Amino acid sequence: MNYGHWVLDLLLGFPLVVGLLILVRPVREARWIALGGTIVEFLISVPLWWEFDASSAAMQFEQVHAWIPAWGIAYRVGIDGISLFMVLLTTLTMPLATLGSFNYIKERERAYYALLLVLTTGMLGVFVALDMFLFYVFWEIMLIPMYFIIGVWGGERRLYAAIKFFVYTFVGSLLMLVAILTIYAKVSAATGVSSFAYEHFLANVGVVEAWAFWLFGAFFLAFAIKVPMFPFHTWLPDAHVEAPTAGSVILAGILLKMGTYGFLRFAVPFFPQVAFDPTVVTIVVGLALVGIIYGALVAMVQPDFKKLIAYSSISHLGFVMLGIWALTAQSVSGALIIMINHGISTGALFFLAGMLYERRHSRAIADFGGIARVVPALAAVLTLVSLSSIGLPGTNGFVGEFLVLLGSFGRYPWATAAAASGVIFAAAYLLWALQRIIYNPLSSEANAKLPDLSGRELAVLAPLVAVILWMGLYPGPVLKRIESSAAALVEQVESYAPAPGMPARTAEAPDHAD
Amino acid sequence: MPIDLAQPGGLTFAALPELVLAGWAMVLMLVTAWRHQTAGDVRFAGYVALLGLVSALGVEAWFWTSGVHANGLAHMIALDPFRYATACVFLIGGILTVLLSLGYLEREGIGVPEYYLLVLLAVLGMMFMSAGTDLIVVFLGLELMSIAVYVLAGINRRSVFAAEAALKYFLLGAFASAFFLYGIALIYGATGSTNIQRVYLEIATLGLEHSTLLLLGTGLLLIGFGFKVAAVPFHMWAPDVYDGSPTPVTAFMAAAVKAAGFAALVRLLIMGLGPLEVTWSALLAVLAGITMVVGNLIALSQRQLKRMLAYSSVGHAGYVLVALVSGTELGVAAYLFYILVYTLMTVGAFAVLAAVGRDGERDVLVDDMSGLSRERPWLAAAMTVFMLSLLGFPGTGGFIGKWYILSAAVDGNNLGLAVILVGASVVSAGYYLPVIMAMYMKPLIAEGAHDHAGVRGPVRMVVAVTAILLLVLGVWPNRVMDAAASGANQMRPTVIIAELTD
Repeated sequence: MNYGHWVLDLLLGFPLVVGLLILVRPVREARWIALGGTIVEFLISVPLWWEFDASSAAMQFEQVHAWIPAWGIAYRVGIDGISLFMVLLTTLTMPLATLGSFNYIKERERAYYALLLVLTTGMLGVFVALDMFLFYVFWEIMLIPMYFIIGVWGGERRLYAAIKFFVYTFVGSLLMLVAILTIYAKVSAATGVSSFAYEHFLANVGVVEAWAFWLFGAFFLAFAIKVPMFPFHTWLPDAHVEAPTAGSVILAGILLKMGTYGFLRFAVPFFPQVAFDPTVVTIVVGLALVGIIYGALVAMVQPDFKKLIAYSSISHLGFVMLGIWALTAQSVSGALIIMINHGISTGALFFLAGMLYERRHSRAIADFGGIARVVPALAAVLTLVSLSSIGLPGTNGFVGEFLVLLGSFGRYPWATAAAASGVIFAAAYLLWALQRIIYNPLSSEANAKLPDLSGRELAVLAPLVAVILWMGLYPGPVLKRIESSAAALVEQVESYAPAPGMPARTAEAPDHAD
Repeated sequence: MPIDLAQPGGLTFAALPELVLAGWAMVLMLVTAWRHQTAGDVRFAGYVALLGLVSALGVEAWFWTSGVHANGLAHMIALDPFRYATACVFLIGGILTVLLSLGYLEREGIGVPEYYLLVLLAVLGMMFMSAGTDLIVVFLGLELMSIAVYVLAGINRRSVFAAEAALKYFLLGAFASAFFLYGIALIYGATGSTNIQRVYLEIATLGLEHSTLLLLGTGLLLIGFGFKVAAVPFHMWAPDVYDGSPTPVTAFMAAAVKAAGFAALVRLLIMGLGPLEVTWSALLAVLAGITMVVGNLIALSQRQLKRMLAYSSVGHAGYVLVALVSGTELGVAAYLFYILVYTLMTVGAFAVLAAVGRDGERDVLVDDMSGLSRERPWLAAAMTVFMLSLLGFPGTGGFIGKWYILSAAVDGNNLGLAVILVGASVVSAGYYLPVIMAMYMKPLIAEGAHDHAGVRGPVRMVVAVTAILLLVLGVWPNRVMDAAASGANQMRPTVIIAELTD
């Protein structure tokens, strides 16, 4: 049968089967089954790259199966240029996260690896769901494996971090649930068709114009907590720091993207009038800026390397938000590229932090120093990854941030100028940390005998380094696949709302309230 | 299949499920009179009760599937899907309770075979409550149920707490009954009838929407029901009573008794007091709001598992009230779906509690669950399902139930209540999650702390079946949803009105 007809079903179903298999097989096989399963999952997803029609902004590989017809709920999945790379990022990250857990996870391995696989399904589901009910189910379901991963295998304050992570996300998503149901009720009443299909919502969401502000608020809260935007970010440092390495990698690499993905897919296209209302724009862009600069400044003073990376995420995601709200084809493409890059670079940084921790059982930057001579390979990779996170030209980080800044400057020159300072801060905190960890004199005896990267660790890092360089040097193929969807999004939104930075709705603007 | 209620035969046939259950109750009474000595005798009584409940369930299901309905007006007892649906839930609740009790009574040394007789009678009362189309029948059902449950609460005569629970429940329950009866009297005074459908007709034709007498009567009835379903501010008795009663009885009270109170309320409000909808839905909205908030907030501060579940059941009463506020068919369907799910998850959670604890389980703290996942992985997994379902998490029946209720609320333009409901759900995460946290993320308190925590025989079946059903309902709720929707239809009395006015 045609690849496009079964690929998404298989991608969602396969990890669950592997997860079950892990539970029934002996413990010693658990890690290998998980690794094999996630690699196969990646291989299944790879042909998406070629099969994907880059010239089209429409949903591709669509699948629809009836589920709860009484409520118009169906299993509807599909991929466009916005979700394609989120799917690939997920399938690429999972085998690495599995491989990266081999040393760290010593107890209850079966449960751990089974949860990783359930998590895979949950995350992929969020990115491919085209039914609001299905989306919501996946959005919530993936909380549970993450909650257990943090709570069972995390660090010392894991219980606190786990419940904080859960409750924060839960608050936002439940309000989103009410918003979804409200739109459903109004749209069903207006059109006579009861359906939770994304397209149906998108086409008829105009009928809830009177409520749009509150509905947007509910979506906004759910996604802003996930991103996280300042001031909803306080769960992030705890969760990232307490989670086991793979948990941090997945949190930073994929889970945070669900927030920005939600904005791109749901919040902005559903309610363009509200999203680009001048007041809302001021608030969102302002919060994005605060996130960029605040995140960077707080990162600078962290004595804990993992926490430093966690705060740097807040800063990077601020760029994404700026890019989305600037709403030019360039800035939206840039935002998507940053979403990919951040997953790669920050994922790699968390892996490296985890490797340092496994060697030294400390995450404090002050405990290291001068280890470049002891572990040259690790130091080299750390340097390269840090540079990519800073956004050095030639690495992937540069492409995204450049596009966002370029695309946003026309709309918000001052905000963009301020955001550009975030790039400088990023250089400051990462280079300074780098200097204290791998350069400086070798002050501590304990550091003199650290082993360098093992083959397994190299295998974890090599794909990430390859992507960093490839995306930095030749981002064309990626951009090509993103562009039409980004342009379509911008066009769709602008047809409903005046372009941001322009005077608010004019008399000629179509009034959708009627 | 139409039944002519004017004929004695038809009338008898209409009450067939109740008669079957009553017949089994008589049999059980005789059995306990002859055999009440050994533990085996108690157990035998349990099996007889089980047989009675299952056969009544069979008759009820047969009525439902063959579409038994009244040919003409139902004066005393309704023949509608709502009755069959609710009765099925009560019977399922009863069956689960009996299964739970089989081992429990023996373990706790409660050698009273009459226990099962009381369960049967209580279920019989519930069936009359939801079937009655006359307030007198509803009241008789209510009393039959209540008196049986008062005794059940205090059935463990050696426990001081059980005695306290029974007395408290009896006193407050008697008050509630008095309110209820007075409410009936006032409604009769205002409309000249105790027949629920005739009350509707009189209000509608005589324009009694603003009659003080009627409003007062409605208010008193609501207070009476408020006590029965433990809605705030009439919930004071619930925690102590739930806490002191034997755990299977607590599960029975929290699930079936509450569902029965709601069933009668639904019928009365929608079939009888429909014209007053503006008034009662405003009252219910206030009750629902404070019940959700207060129930969940107090549950948050509980450290004892049993008390925590007791308060959480107060919160759930608030959720069900939200379904009723809109007074639509969707709301009734949401109620039907939710009580089934709620019965499953509550009975399941109490079953696990009974398996973990001893001596009435009053002193089981949430932290006592620590490390359960290592010693009893399946039990811990089942408890996780119950907790997530109570929380309303996707993948479980509780989520679909909550989704249903939220749909009804949003559909009826009660957005404020919907927001309070989700807010309350967030609060409830604060006490359901620590149970999961203790089981999976905290170390064992002591080696062998859970050695006695085993589920055997029927209890194991209860835990497994409820957990699996909740998961199935979370993924594939279609059949039950259709059943709930069919149970809710014909509740609007438009058809009946046409017949009455002829």
